[in-house]
Amino acid sequence: MFLIPDAVVRFFHRMASPPHFYALTEKLMPWLVTIFVLLTAAGLYGGLVLAPPDYQQGDSYRIIYIHVPSAWMSLFIYMVMAAAAGIGLVWRIKLAEIVAISSAPIGASFTFIALVTGSLWGKPMWGTWWVWDARLTSELILLFLYLGVIGLYGAIDDKRVASKAIAILALVGVVNIPIIHYSVEWWNTLHQGPTVTKMDKPSIHVTMLVPLLFMALSFKMYYVIAMLQRAKVELLQRERNAQWVKNMLLEKQS
Amino acid sequence: MTFNSFAEFLAMGGYAFYVWGSYGLTLIVLLANIIIPVWQRKQLLRSLALKQQRSES
Repeated sequence: MFLIPDAVVRFFHRMASPPHFYALTEKLMPWLVTIFVLLTAAGLYGGLVLAPPDYQQGDSYRIIYIHVPSAWMSLFIYMVMAAAAGIGLVWRIKLAEIVAISSAPIGASFTFIALVTGSLWGKPMWGTWWVWDARLTSELILLFLYLGVIGLYGAIDDKRVASKAIAILALVGVVNIPIIHYSVEWWNTLHQGPTVTKMDKPSIHVTMLVPLLFMALSFKMYYVIAMLQRAKVELLQRERNAQWVKNMLLEKQS
Repeated sequence: MTFNSFAEFLAMGGYAFYVWGSYGLTLIVLLANIIIPVWQRKQLLRSLALKQQRSES
């Protein structure tokens, strides 16, 4: 990974320059929010109103439209966070460090949502709020990894050093991701196997599947929006003495 | 349409607490993740602007 030509690295450094990034997020935000609202409206209407009740679980299964996309996001955001942290560690790109730490609270939130909605689904269907099943336990460890990243970052004052520390923690924690994914296949416990991401054919009817995919995309959009909001705060805090921040403040005053 | 009335929709086949509890909690968590950083940015911009004004005068 050290073989990438200097010109390419310089290009990314320029694209990832803080003022450029800050202005870009401001420009993109209305579009991102519009797409998010449309996806969410379609997903919720399809899932809560149009989709038929499940033949075994009745209407309780409708929790799937937030539970499963949240669980997917908990893994997806972790991979983005670890990749960004790794890039920051190797090339010392400030923006990669900022994306990494800005992702952590959102990933933790989705992990929390996946756990709690799973619990609210488990109570009427399994008869229990919680079991120490492989899927549930590994997902809980994921929550602790996120909280560890947030706590470690907060504990170190020098944010460049803090970013190095969380990169190492995040990268080591990647080992948990395949464990979560394959837990329902490796250990035969209470949590059901995959219904959508099976290689052959998803064992879920299309009227139930389509809203689920809409919600999955909606949550991806939400992640981009929420992550950019956090990134802007983080960027301003780190760059508070930079000339571009001073210029921006002067513009706002006049 | 799966539900015959709005009341039936709200009842969620007897699972209202679990279904709406899940959706409500998700809404709160996702809203908080937007409101908190937006509020933090406003606070930060305000304090930075104040500092700048003071150093100029």
